[in-house]
Amino acid sequence: MNVFRRFFYLILSVLLSACGEGTWNDPYPAAQLDSNTLYSAFNERPKHLDPAQAYSSNEAEFTAQIYEPPLQYHYLKRPYTLVPLTVTQMPTVTYYSAAGQMLPVDTAAQHIVTSVYEIHLQPGIYYQPHPAFARTTEGKLRYFNLPPDALNGVSSLRDFKYTGTRELVADDYIYEIKRLASPQVNSPIFGVMSEYIIGLKQYAAQLQTVVRAQPPGSYLDLSRYPLAGVERVDRYTYRIHLHGKYPQFQYWLAMPFFAPIPPEVDRFYAQPGMAQRNLTLDWYPVGTGAYRLTHNDPNRSMVLVRNPNYHGERYPSQGDAGDKQAGLLRDSGKPLPFINTVVYSLEKETIPYWNKFLQGYYDASGISSDSFDQAIQIDAQGEPQVTDAMHAKGIGLVAAVTTSNRFWGFNMLDSVVGGQSERARKLRQAITIAVDFEEFISIFANGRGIPAQGPIPPGIFGYRAGAGGINPVVYQMLKGQPVRRPISEARRLLAEAGYPDGRDAKTGTPLVLYFDTVASGPDAKSRLDWMSKQFAKLNIQLVVRSSDYNRFQDKMRRGTEQLFEWGWNADYPDPENFLFLLYGPNMKVAKNGENSANYNNPDYDRLFDQMKYLDNGPQRQAIIDQMVTLLQYDSPWLFGYFPKAFTLRHAWVSPSKPNLMANNTLKYRRIDPALRDKLRADWNRPVLWPLIFLLLALVAAIAPAIWSWRQRERGRGR
Amino acid sequence: MIAYLLRRILYAIPILIGVNLITFALFFVVNTPDDMARMHLGMKRVSADAISKWKTEHGYDKPLIYNDTAAGSGHLTDTIFYAKSARMFALDFGVSDDGRDIWNEIKVRAGPSLAIAVPVFVIGLLVNVTFALLMVFFRATYLDFWGVVLCVMLMSISGLFYIILGQFLVAKLWHWVPISGFSSGVDALRFLLLPVLVSIGAGIGSGARWYRTIFLEEIGKDYVRTARAKGLSEWRVLFRHVLQNGMIPILTGAVVVLPLLFMGSLITESFFGIPGLGSYTIDAIQSQDFAIVRAMVFIGSALYIVGLLLTDISYTLADPRIRLQ
Repeated sequence: MNVFRRFFYLILSVLLSACGEGTWNDPYPAAQLDSNTLYSAFNERPKHLDPAQAYSSNEAEFTAQIYEPPLQYHYLKRPYTLVPLTVTQMPTVTYYSAAGQMLPVDTAAQHIVTSVYEIHLQPGIYYQPHPAFARTTEGKLRYFNLPPDALNGVSSLRDFKYTGTRELVADDYIYEIKRLASPQVNSPIFGVMSEYIIGLKQYAAQLQTVVRAQPPGSYLDLSRYPLAGVERVDRYTYRIHLHGKYPQFQYWLAMPFFAPIPPEVDRFYAQPGMAQRNLTLDWYPVGTGAYRLTHNDPNRSMVLVRNPNYHGERYPSQGDAGDKQAGLLRDSGKPLPFINTVVYSLEKETIPYWNKFLQGYYDASGISSDSFDQAIQIDAQGEPQVTDAMHAKGIGLVAAVTTSNRFWGFNMLDSVVGGQSERARKLRQAITIAVDFEEFISIFANGRGIPAQGPIPPGIFGYRAGAGGINPVVYQMLKGQPVRRPISEARRLLAEAGYPDGRDAKTGTPLVLYFDTVASGPDAKSRLDWMSKQFAKLNIQLVVRSSDYNRFQDKMRRGTEQLFEWGWNADYPDPENFLFLLYGPNMKVAKNGENSANYNNPDYDRLFDQMKYLDNGPQRQAIIDQMVTLLQYDSPWLFGYFPKAFTLRHAWVSPSKPNLMANNTLKYRRIDPALRDKLRADWNRPVLWPLIFLLLALVAAIAPAIWSWRQRERGRGR
Repeated sequence: MIAYLLRRILYAIPILIGVNLITFALFFVVNTPDDMARMHLGMKRVSADAISKWKTEHGYDKPLIYNDTAAGSGHLTDTIFYAKSARMFALDFGVSDDGRDIWNEIKVRAGPSLAIAVPVFVIGLLVNVTFALLMVFFRATYLDFWGVVLCVMLMSISGLFYIILGQFLVAKLWHWVPISGFSSGVDALRFLLLPVLVSIGAGIGSGARWYRTIFLEEIGKDYVRTARAKGLSEWRVLFRHVLQNGMIPILTGAVVVLPLLFMGSLITESFFGIPGLGSYTIDAIQSQDFAIVRAMVFIGSALYIVGLLLTDISYTLADPRIRLQ
């Protein structure tokens, strides 16, 4: 009995001590953190934090704060504008002919054989503290060539007593470019970069030979093997040599793939025993960015802390019209970052995440479909606003159309819906009219999206808003407004395609189409049913073929699908990154490219080749217009919609501008911790009456039983 | 008994090999190494070269079961099956596809899983048995009737509902505990209280009803009548005699799950943000990480065999007439 009583008192004392100060439901340890801490969440552990490998958005959320490529996107300016990050100025580009002669900047692309990007770094930028940089008093690297037992008792970087730093130099950027080709690093952009960076393909083959000759697991010292396409000019300057002209290359220079990696860090992690302790570059990144990762337990939480060696960037003093009124220039000129610590907690389910946001334990949140009605209402002008309940809590809404698209594609290799014949084109056009994406957005995206008129989303050069941008195959202008063409017009096109009333004119058999998707389960059923109903408007029978991800991918690679759904998130804000999704040489089936519809139109491809090399301007816009018109006419996609991202933020979070291309925006965020503490305390006072009620209910339930038992026992005693 | 135990342990070896083979076959029938590579490399810009590189890097570039290009024993040993599965018998689970040491991960995650599973098991068993005995004590009265009705109601509701209701009432409305999350040390109690209570509550319906049936069967037997005839109180009859004699079926269900407590709970861990082995397994299945799946299936099978063995041993403790030979 004593043991139970002690255990009860122990639990009670722990709970009471936890409840003693402030709120009881605070999920964070009270004394552990700086008050100037931002709280966020992640729902999936990042697979990679190595900048040569990380590509997903959930990985970029961390890597972009830690690593610094040469360029970044201006936080406020639109259209998206590249600005220097670790460089003194934007890279200079020089073009050369086959004879090695320098060419003028306006030389036509077909005459350019080589482009050379010269990049000049700012001196005085230092890396975050890290044991790989620690040196002995003699100046030797302290943790290099460690004896086998030196790592006994080491399980994280914190177990190394000494750290150091050093200045960022051009060699670090060169080293990372070499890593893209390393057989020990599976970089997703090696394929595309090997097409452009001179010698990268051959370099990969050379490294492969070297690795095979080495004992397994040995360190591959890339510094020993020069790469033809990268040239060190001096301590702070390097050049990248590319095949031909590739204007989009500058955008790649704003991605962590081109961030610096110090060779000594790579060598530090390559030592025997490091990988077995999860001490790898993939787990403990090292950079010059505003933050460093100090705690990495993706089973629970990841913590970014301000980098004490950060080179002191300042908040931009210029922005777009309206930014000043929106309070976005209030911090102009102030040193970045504003927040000291960022805690990311693992939160797999949306309901706990949402409820913790409402309690003030997360500073910002997206909106799941389950919570949408609770959070958002549509005002008289059709604009989304937060509900009164959210407004009363001071919660604000930030909405932005994403630089991505969701489309439904036809397989252009299919004998029924594909090809360039008049019959197939009219069939596709009829379907594009029948599938009502305005309704889809309203029902399934809670209005969070705009119907797409072509492949290029708003915010990207080439997108046309208003009447000039509508898809004339699907819409007509009525009283100055685009209105979807009537279903009768779709039926007419269907009849002209040889399927009057949805039946084959020759055989009389109903037209049956097959829609391949990875969507399945109760959540997807309503969406798939809706899709079938859209086709039923034309009396076309739609058969939904749900399969797992692997089977779906397999069908796409072999080209056995007929209709499918797909999407694309921009790598960079250039129309080329969307229009290449329909470029013939990028066909999925023949070339394993990103042209999932296998669209192959020589006119389109010719225009693409012209557009790709042009700078943004009227000439490029005119070509893009022609390309989009071709696509609208051929209708290889139901263009679907461009999703809108809705983010809710608490009153203590300073106004922010969604920047959908930049991932390193954490440094611009600011919070008011005092206001947060006050509101959290107000919102989370423990409600005690249910405890008393539950105790009374328990007594009320037990008392008759005890009474009955006593009666029975006494009865037997008599 | 020792001979019996040794024999059972030896039986376990072919069972584990069989489980390994079946897991391997099932996994690779659904997923080819190319599929796994694509899943890990993502959807964008995945080239054939990248897939080949990934397979080489992770040891999936060999034949699955039989290597006809190898010589001698290499026919069998220079294969994915041998490389990935045979070493598990030496408790070498290797690394996951993202490069993490699996055994290390299991050790780290077993703690949070046990922190929920053990109290749920122990307290849940006590509550269920006590509730069942009380219903038996008050059998054929309105208390028994409403007790059974309550049990049927409780067992008819989805486990997910208890979680959402618990989080809504206790954490969201009343602010007594954090909605989700986990902490180490004594502070973990704040995070464990709600999932433990919810899990116990969700199990009362089926557990208590099952035990009630067992006890009702016992209560009509001669030894109970004899005990009553001796003048023992009903309380002592139930808790000393009926409970002891009803232990065999209870042990059958309870002891076998004892080792499996390590494996964690999939839904509870996911909703309450508990970094245990249940969520580890489900994440691995979703990301097609064969290295983790095979390790968890292997450990699960081994623990199940241990559970059955413990059940047999517990019979001898509960009923002296039983001998293991």
